[in-house]
Amino acid sequence: MPLDDGPATGSGAGPDDETTQWLSALGGAGPAREQALARLHGMLLRVARAELGRRAGRHPVTGPELDDLAHQSADDALLAITAKLTGFRGESRFTTWAYKFVVLEVSGKLGRHFWQRPSVALDAADWDRLPDRFGLGPADHAERRDLIAAVRRAVEEELTERQRRVFTAIVVEGVPLDALALQLGSSRNALYKTMFDARRKLRAALAANGYLTASAEETGLSGQGMRRP
Amino acid sequence: MTGWDELGRFLRTDPRDVGCDQALRILHVYVELVLDDESGAEAARRFPGVAAHLLSCGPCAEDYQGLLLAARAEPA
Repeated sequence: MPLDDGPATGSGAGPDDETTQWLSALGGAGPAREQALARLHGMLLRVARAELGRRAGRHPVTGPELDDLAHQSADDALLAITAKLTGFRGESRFTTWAYKFVVLEVSGKLGRHFWQRPSVALDAADWDRLPDRFGLGPADHAERRDLIAAVRRAVEEELTERQRRVFTAIVVEGVPLDALALQLGSSRNALYKTMFDARRKLRAALAANGYLTASAEETGLSGQGMRRP
Repeated sequence: MTGWDELGRFLRTDPRDVGCDQALRILHVYVELVLDDESGAEAARRFPGVAAHLLSCGPCAEDYQGLLLAARAEPA
């Protein structure tokens, strides 16, 4: 977090009563802890199911496999939460902090699942699909052709090999960022940074060639990277 | 909006963007600020770099929406 983004606290008040109870039960031992773990697991499972349902249509998982994924997400989130409990600083309600783990588990597991689909076969990038990504219909022949040519040329001339590979996979082939991170042995953050730099370069190049209007900020490439801690 | 406009919007970057790791690190705090002020203005004021990131990063925005819904369903 950047220092000038302010302290990572919500209301600034101390932990609410429920948070205090959770921390006491989970930090203790015996039946009270076991009961708290079981209750928390049930809550995580409910959130995992809801989250997978909310993302339905954007992933191919259905039926028993969907519920299995929800259970895996809840199980792994519970493990992570108990392992990191001492790191919880009371910046939010305990449940909000805990739910973050299960939401991220759902994302990660869906990313892994992308490569298990039998339909996934990434052939040569199909640049003809690029205009669809930006709302151009089949009838816009000339605009489609110009956009493909301009972006493809900028990708080839301006980007590094790594940036080309990531940009093409995500934007042209439609590979989800989390799935690509798994395939490349990278992370969401690292690939986002790669894409950030690629987007900035491409926008500057397309503006310089008159395709896009550039602001003064966007034309200056130096010192315009993502903010770092 | 033309395809070029859409492309330009997609390629636009915000130098305040903090990236995924930092955004996810405080996502629970950000979400509670949004629950307190549904307009999101206070959260964006406190964490402009996170707000900028969530506008540009699809996966993090997805996680944000999921966490917001889960936290909203929880009694205060």
